[in-house]
Amino acid sequence: MIRAGLGALLSHWRRHPLQLAMLLAGLALATALWSGVQAINAEARASYDRAAAALGQNRLDRIVRSDGQPLTLADYVALRRAGWPVSPMVEGRLPGLSVRLVGIEPLTLPAEARQDGLNGAGDLAAFLRPPGLLLANAETARRLAGSALPTVRLDENLPDGVALADIGIAQGLLGRGEAMDRLVLAPDWSGDPGTVVTGLVRRSAEQQGDIARLTDSFHLNLTAFGFLAFAVGLFIVHSAIGLAFEQRRTMVRTLRALGVPARLLMGLMLAELLILGALAGTAGVLLGYLVAGALLPDVAATLRGLYGAEVPGTLSLRPGWWVAGMGIALAGTLIASAQGLWHLWRLPLLTAAQPRAWARARGRALMGQAAAGSVLLVLCALLVLGRPGAGLWAGFGALAALLIGAALLLPLFLAAATRAGGRLSRGVVAEWFWADTRQQVPGLSLSLMALLLALAANIGVGTMVSSFRATFTGWLDQRLASELYLTAADEAEAKRLTDWLAPKVEAILPIVRVEAVLAGRPGDIYGVADHATYRDHWPVLEAQPGVWDLVATGRGVLANEQMFRQGRMSLGDRIDLPDGALPVVGVYSDYGNPRAQVLMGLSTFDKRFPDVPHLRFGLRLPPEQTEALVEGLTRSFPLPPEALVDQAAIKAESLRIFERTFTVTTALNVLTLAVAGLALFASLLTLAGLRLPQLAPVWAMGLTRARLARLELVRSLALALFTFAAALPLGLALAWVLLAVVNVEAFGWRLPMEVFPGDWLRLLGLALVAAGLAALVPALRLARMAPARLLGVFANER
Amino acid sequence: MNAKALLLALLVPLPVLAQGFAGLGTTSEGFALPERRELVFPADHGAHPEFRVEWWYLTATLTGPDGTEYGAQWTLFRTALAPGEAGGWDSPQVWLGHAGVTTPDRQFVAERLARGGIGQAGVQAEPFEAWIDDWQMQGQAAAGQDQLARLDVAARGADFGYELHLSTDGPIVPQGDHGYSVKSAQGQASMYYSQPFYRVEGRLDLPSGPVQVTGQAWLDREWSSQPLGSDQTGWDWFSLLFDDGARLMGFRLRDGAGGYSSGTWIDADGTPSALPPGALKLTPLTTAQVAGRTVPVEWRLELDQYGIDVTTKALNPQSWMAVNPPYWEGPIRIEGSRTGRGYLEMTGY
Amino acid sequence: MLLQFEGVTKTYATGDGVLRVLDSADLSLAAGETLALTGESGSGKSTLLHLAAGLDLADAGTVRLDGTDLAAAGDGGRAALRRGTVGLVFQQFNLIPSLTVAENLSFQARLAGRNDPTWTGELARDLGLASLLGRYPEQLSGGQQQRVAIGRTLAVRPRLVLADEPTGNLDEATGDSVIEVMLRLVAGTGAALLMVTHSARLAARLGRRLHLSGGRLR
Repeated sequence: MIRAGLGALLSHWRRHPLQLAMLLAGLALATALWSGVQAINAEARASYDRAAAALGQNRLDRIVRSDGQPLTLADYVALRRAGWPVSPMVEGRLPGLSVRLVGIEPLTLPAEARQDGLNGAGDLAAFLRPPGLLLANAETARRLAGSALPTVRLDENLPDGVALADIGIAQGLLGRGEAMDRLVLAPDWSGDPGTVVTGLVRRSAEQQGDIARLTDSFHLNLTAFGFLAFAVGLFIVHSAIGLAFEQRRTMVRTLRALGVPARLLMGLMLAELLILGALAGTAGVLLGYLVAGALLPDVAATLRGLYGAEVPGTLSLRPGWWVAGMGIALAGTLIASAQGLWHLWRLPLLTAAQPRAWARARGRALMGQAAAGSVLLVLCALLVLGRPGAGLWAGFGALAALLIGAALLLPLFLAAATRAGGRLSRGVVAEWFWADTRQQVPGLSLSLMALLLALAANIGVGTMVSSFRATFTGWLDQRLASELYLTAADEAEAKRLTDWLAPKVEAILPIVRVEAVLAGRPGDIYGVADHATYRDHWPVLEAQPGVWDLVATGRGVLANEQMFRQGRMSLGDRIDLPDGALPVVGVYSDYGNPRAQVLMGLSTFDKRFPDVPHLRFGLRLPPEQTEALVEGLTRSFPLPPEALVDQAAIKAESLRIFERTFTVTTALNVLTLAVAGLALFASLLTLAGLRLPQLAPVWAMGLTRARLARLELVRSLALALFTFAAALPLGLALAWVLLAVVNVEAFGWRLPMEVFPGDWLRLLGLALVAAGLAALVPALRLARMAPARLLGVFANER
Repeated sequence: MNAKALLLALLVPLPVLAQGFAGLGTTSEGFALPERRELVFPADHGAHPEFRVEWWYLTATLTGPDGTEYGAQWTLFRTALAPGEAGGWDSPQVWLGHAGVTTPDRQFVAERLARGGIGQAGVQAEPFEAWIDDWQMQGQAAAGQDQLARLDVAARGADFGYELHLSTDGPIVPQGDHGYSVKSAQGQASMYYSQPFYRVEGRLDLPSGPVQVTGQAWLDREWSSQPLGSDQTGWDWFSLLFDDGARLMGFRLRDGAGGYSSGTWIDADGTPSALPPGALKLTPLTTAQVAGRTVPVEWRLELDQYGIDVTTKALNPQSWMAVNPPYWEGPIRIEGSRTGRGYLEMTGY
Repeated sequence: MLLQFEGVTKTYATGDGVLRVLDSADLSLAAGETLALTGESGSGKSTLLHLAAGLDLADAGTVRLDGTDLAAAGDGGRAALRRGTVGLVFQQFNLIPSLTVAENLSFQARLAGRNDPTWTGELARDLGLASLLGRYPEQLSGGQQQRVAIGRTLAVRPRLVLADEPTGNLDEATGDSVIEVMLRLVAGTGAALLMVTHSARLAARLGRRLHLSGGRLR
């Protein structure tokens, strides 16, 4: 019986292979996008962990000088001789290679930060002794090839773009003399290094999570994308399964009449679904792997550029994905089929077969859906406006409520739009067209909801990324207003440099910094000169009148946005500073910095912190003279490469990074749209069969098949257009929630939203192409349909 | 295998290195070789960077106020990746510290690693000081005096620490032939002298609290460039402090055949007599399972010339130095024709 | 002649071989004439009707509608004839579910570009649909739906009405009243009527009667 029953059920798919293909494709694509995005995320996370672990940055506290100056060998030895389990590190970019060279001391390196790359006693001796060894993975080694550097030994555990060397070797390669950037401290050691060596401070491992937090924001976007993509895919599955159930009602009734128990029948259908789900899930995971593999190099490039975090551009198929991918595929199948199974369960056995259009049944739910959608939108508004600062989950809840609510309201919106279209149209064909389009809305609503979500996600995430880029590059322009930044090794060199520079540049602006606890958080106090550079460029968000005069004369300080917002401050509040509190007279944006920051006038700073030497300078000069000046400086002074920073180079690098971000975002956008297009295609294709009784009379009354086909195409485009109209505000709302709610909750700063109508036009074009392509096959079929099939409508006993 | 393990393989002194020493081969490229000469003090208390390996090795047999016996070890090893010394990170010298405390039921172990050339570890001949990080062996004698006559020794690990004050009137004892100690029938040798007559008082810091201790200690100084013979697999080394004031240093280097044993008899007044190879008979009596290995923890030592026929028994058979590579090192109790206490080191098990 | 079949042959491929539903059939229908077409189930009555409407094409022979050879008229030409010259009444009513009764009534006339609200209004009244104009097809009974279909057809003022078992889905009393009003209105417009029916009683009410059997008309 089981075999016969299953055979009968499966015969449906034999008769409707396209439906089966849609079901499998939808589920596979949904799984693919989901698992692809997850794969990218997982790979990237694993890489950070590796990178952080490689350098002990995730778990180890560090010791640095409070004045930001490098540590000396004497500092290190003094701490060791006092029993502190510290190990020195030096770090810098290898000029021209975009490789970060980290110098370590392998004998004292805590186990948490230990490297496994040395494979023999001879290696270790070679590593320690000049000329030394570099450890790097193959990708980094490729970048290092050909340069006059020590021999490279491969260590694939190292993150991309990082090379390790012994500290002595690294100091030499980086031209750092005996300078060390930090000491990492083995765990479980308490104490204040300042009691051993004055001026040393300890930074806990948690304070260093800046990279993790920033990259989290990127992953948040990707995860949101993955989720949306999966939701879009589920719509396809749901409509395919729903249709299959509807079409098999008669078969189910017959089977039950023939004595197959309802329970067994349900079991069979469930088994059938799980088999299909497993097949599609397998394909989906593999496909996701391909998607991730194709996108990962771009993601890697994005993260490398954006946050300096390295992700290898390669991927390994982790067992975890299989589990997660198959799980989500099967869960998705069950969710999508729950309704259909429930209806079949309740199917009365003896009631006469009533033709009940699947589409009509959906139509009746329209008002109920709309009501639920409205409730969700209200909930979203409450979450966003009702309790600001309610936390990240409230932000995500608001996002979910917004998207689902809007999707549920879509059919009502489309019905209204088509009604309005009918009212505005003249001519009987147009009227029929609109009336018929309205008729189609319930049947297409699921796939149109998918399209809505895809479009909204595109607009939302696109707007967010674009806003981020615009803000960030603008902020770079402001923060890096000087043409060149110069760091001197000591005060004597600073004096020689400034004397040399004075006649050659427009201004030399000292930049000084001390670490301090600000509003209960670890932070930095900067001293800046009173100069137009700051007055004109500094990204001040909010300020009292005459803010720069107040700062210059020591009557106030500027605070960064993070500290200001998290401390729930307002302008004029006094903030405790070493040597006395000062009022906050302005706030500036400071993206990507997890620490509190305060800006005070240089003279005030010097009075309060007389021991801090002036070693860093911003140089103002006509941009076209930069190159010549750099050349002159490096010829006249033995400056290490990182002592001179050319802001144009930084900006160019940043812009390149964002272009890469766009590559990834665009690729995911197109994929999501493709899935939505497929959903629309599946719906149109299945509806095409059901619609013949509605089209045949119109054909019989004198509209040609070709014209009907064109109208079908136009209908699809019109629905896509309406859906886009609904998606635009939804996408902007989505972007707003991401920028103004989720971002603030997650990272502490709010990004101003900027809109890019040009992008919308492009997206509208894409949406229309997707809808047009989706409608093309059904329309062509209609145009070429044998009259006999249309005549069948009139002849068939129904 | 991680870097530290490899480094240890490179660093560990002769006895410990006897097991598998692939990294260095069997020659001593460019390093100085031991020669028959008189020891020169205080200069020879300091480091000999032209030799490959060197150590300052202190073992102490101690007793608490309640009669509980303890042992303590303080060791500083030096190994050279290349002969000679250079300043800063370019120094080829690498330093390694081992500290241990043995109680009847616990073994506490700590280790430290340091680069030479930067001051993190080193040895200074006069005023005598040997150190690595915050571990110290500091001479308290005035200039011109025997720099090893009074020492303050301290070390600590995660769960233990100690401070010991050592003093002696006894002479420094050259081992072997005026300090030239032969280690194999093929003639491998080291420069070797000892101070086996320290009185000790001090404090052990244990998880259960501080313990005031008194006792005796033995300092070994040894340097060499010659690895063991390629067939030598391990080493059993004894320092015996007899209750009547006499001392005996004896060792056996194990190989596939009968091994190579030697030693020095030291009279209570410090007069040394080098033992001819094979004169000292060492026989394992009882073994114990230690860290998954079978290690002899009771021995019979026979030295007919001096009427010695004793058995030694470990205070704590689990005196395992869980460093890398690990070895056994702990205090022993002597019974038989003479009584006393001592220290036993066993490697290569 | 308004409608003329000359040697029309139509075959269908079926599982049992080729089925010749029309075999050199000849038929002519003058303006204003009414003709009943009877025959066994599956004898090809509907096929003949579809050929007359230009919904399907003959394998051999010619079908002329108002002098136009349908085979030569092309898809567009046939569609134009269906819009303006021919009116179809189906057994299944085939109303457009998304349009109201009023919209359905005027639908084809407006397609043909000759909507006459007065005339449509008269039809609605005559058909007893005046109170139902705002309703949707699914809210009507079968008889009411068929009246809407008849009204939709006549609103064009077609010169030829083709009806395929118009009462086939209705009970006898309802069917009779529908036929009654249809015949009256067709007569009123002067259109010719070709009606397929299996009911001899209905066939008797028309001017002429042909029986289709074995592909031939008698």
